[in-house]
Amino acid sequence: MSQTITQKILAAHSGRQQVEPGELIYAKLDLVLGNDITAPIAIKEFEKIGAATVFNKERVALVPDHSTPNKDIKSAELVKIMREFARKHDITNFFEIGKMGVEHTLLPDEGLVVPGDAIIGADSHTCTYGALGAFSTGVGSTDLGCAMALGETWFKVPEQIKFVYYGKLPKWVGGKDLILYTIGQIGVDGALYCSMEFTGEAIAELDMAGRFTMCNMAIEAGGKNGIMEPDQKTLDYAKVRARRDYTIYKSDPDAQYKQVVEIDCSKLEPIVSFPHLPENARPVSESTHVTIDQSVIGSCTNGRIEDLRIAAGVLKGRKVHPNVRLIVIPATQEIYMQSIKEGLTEIFVEAGGAVSTPTCGPCLGGHMGVLAEGERAIATTNRNFIGRMGHAKSEVYLANPAVAAASAVLGRIASPEELK
Amino acid sequence: MIKGKVHKYGDNVDTDVIIPARYLNTTDPRELASHCMEDIDADFITNVSQGDIIVAEDNFGCGSSREHAPIAIKAAGVALVIANTFARIFYRNSLNIGLPILECPEAVAGTSAGDDLEVDLAAGRISNLTTGDTWQAKPFPAFMQNLIEVGGLINYTKSRLAQRT
Repeated sequence: MSQTITQKILAAHSGRQQVEPGELIYAKLDLVLGNDITAPIAIKEFEKIGAATVFNKERVALVPDHSTPNKDIKSAELVKIMREFARKHDITNFFEIGKMGVEHTLLPDEGLVVPGDAIIGADSHTCTYGALGAFSTGVGSTDLGCAMALGETWFKVPEQIKFVYYGKLPKWVGGKDLILYTIGQIGVDGALYCSMEFTGEAIAELDMAGRFTMCNMAIEAGGKNGIMEPDQKTLDYAKVRARRDYTIYKSDPDAQYKQVVEIDCSKLEPIVSFPHLPENARPVSESTHVTIDQSVIGSCTNGRIEDLRIAAGVLKGRKVHPNVRLIVIPATQEIYMQSIKEGLTEIFVEAGGAVSTPTCGPCLGGHMGVLAEGERAIATTNRNFIGRMGHAKSEVYLANPAVAAASAVLGRIASPEELK
Repeated sequence: MIKGKVHKYGDNVDTDVIIPARYLNTTDPRELASHCMEDIDADFITNVSQGDIIVAEDNFGCGSSREHAPIAIKAAGVALVIANTFARIFYRNSLNIGLPILECPEAVAGTSAGDDLEVDLAAGRISNLTTGDTWQAKPFPAFMQNLIEVGGLINYTKSRLAQRT
């Protein structure tokens, strides 16, 4: 019986030859993770279970990235709960401030997530790791607490939707634009409970950064996971990073899908998603009337070195518009250092931008760039819900790093092509 | 039997509006409840009474995985959420923390804000006392019914751990 990559990974982790959509299974987990918002509740639930310790001290990752460096006393108390739990149970992968990064960029880069894994994380963007050919999905704190004890969890095997991206990617169009366009086509619940498998020649053309961006936002279409078959680029990434052996799974050519969506990429332009849902996707050329107060470049969606290189390429020799605050947030310490070495940080600062230590910060309206009433931001982040970056009457427009950089220069939403 | 007044919302009520991230520096249910829904319905927390029911359309609870969202709704006094569909992480979290949820598009269509509903949770029967209509909600799959019957995921995990030793 032919199967998709998602089915094969779930079957392998539940001791089965095959699994079918709709089946409820128990699957062994290769890694479980939580952050400073979700882990404290997970720890409280874990303690109710009465387990002596975690299932494997090397397979629990705790990343204080959301409100860190601690933004207030209450946040500091939450991080302290994580830190003390990590010490008590000798958790290897607790990432202290100074070594920390935005979790979904940090864990693959650290080689803690590898192809073929099954992973749950108490963060909805855990689906990011599908770019490596892993099954990964977000859960809440109680599921994490129980998985920390058991090393396994229950899943309903999802139905699968295949997205085929064909045609050559135009200039300035990347993974962010493909996923925003896709969400615009199918809606924020267009893949509810389903697996989103991304394939086609345009995906092959994307670098790993662009692939992580796409899988990261599967949840914004309601997807359970986003996934891509590993290719040479995946293997090259895993070869240098992976700290464990890994397994490559691929979908059978005659695997069954609930739906197949084909997208011609050759005529796309950069996409901007308007408030207050990621599905409100429009071409950048139809968005240039929107003035902005802030531009944020970073997050688990677009805070990788490749994203910073694109933004710096646009900003080099230019100045941020006097009405705009530009905030650039490298996603990890490694990326932060690389940005300095390559001279990108200098370009951002010379342009009049603020460069922050790694944090989720403004993406969820936590700190490091919160919006006032009536203010508008363009951001390379993943959500533009009401109040997401601050005041309930502020607005967030989602875009790729080149558009966010060009908009910072012109003070309104702009294509980098306008900066001639 | 649950009996309460309806608070009605539309599609895609996300977890950021259920409980904005600026309040996620606490895990205290009562403090979370005091900000529940405030970005889309500033009066919710003053209008809601113990035992009330939230009725919403598609994809309720989409977005972030924050368990604080169902915790805030439950601590605000809400006894049940009825929607056309739920986002999957919210669905799972609600089961795990013991916030009752039902999927029933017919009841959503036939209910207005302020109506009084009476719900037999075990049977999935929803009666609108204001209009006199009655509907049947989708039953939970057997696995989840079992999870509810044993008292939630924590108890289930305890017994699974005990089986190992």
